[in-house]
Amino acid sequence: MSDEVHVPIEHEMDVVTARQKGRELAAANGFTGTDQTLLALAISEIARNIVSYAERGEVVLSVVRDGVRRGIMVVARDEGPGIADIELAMRDGYSTARSLGVGLPGAKRVMDDFQVDTSPGKGTTVTMRKWLR
Amino acid sequence: MAVPILKQGNVLIASIQAALSDRDLMKLRDELTDSVGRFRSRGVVIDVTALDVLDSFATRTIRGIAYTAKLRGATTVVVGIQPDVAFGMVQLGLALEDVPTALDLEEGLTHLQKKMSKKARYRVG
Repeated sequence: MSDEVHVPIEHEMDVVTARQKGRELAAANGFTGTDQTLLALAISEIARNIVSYAERGEVVLSVVRDGVRRGIMVVARDEGPGIADIELAMRDGYSTARSLGVGLPGAKRVMDDFQVDTSPGKGTTVTMRKWLR
Repeated sequence: MAVPILKQGNVLIASIQAALSDRDLMKLRDELTDSVGRFRSRGVVIDVTALDVLDSFATRTIRGIAYTAKLRGATTVVVGIQPDVAFGMVQLGLALEDVPTALDLEEGLTHLQKKMSKKARYRVG
């Protein structure tokens, strides 16, 4: 299995594909069932944001190493409208679309590292990692 | 992928077989709402045993199905949430709120039978 998986996100079905690929990669690298589920859940939320707000983008999954630590890195990229108020978007319960407003803050909670780079009109990149325990 | 809906007496059982897209979930919602009226069902079981992830959209849609069915006179019970799925929902802060849940199909049907016989008693009394 290649260490980097690209999943184009254009349709809502791609959200399912992205989270399944994430789970597969996590399983192949020794993650527990619980951590596979948490990773799949975070990918699902972030990939859905692409479909809901940016229409298209991609999710790139890869295996990363930091010293002896091994983990899965998820990069979700789009060239959509960007997030005008990132502080607000990171707040639980805040949503401008058809959701519960847990997407970004929820994904941050279940991952170990989480970073959002966004600029209005240019797009959003979410980078998140989960380390093997 | 379409979700088969089985009719058993006055209960509808929607047994989800594989990962669903958002559109599949919305289709299930529409079909269940319609079937509750067509079959005059008093109970709905949504079996999610086969699902390995319940994210915010799925949670919200299932909640929506339960509320809609309630307005049509039927009680919904969600069964088969797997341990890891439940853990993930808690971590993400997802809740089914007042939608009843049960361990499996059998428990879910028992819950509905109890609920329905209670309602029948009220009606008589």
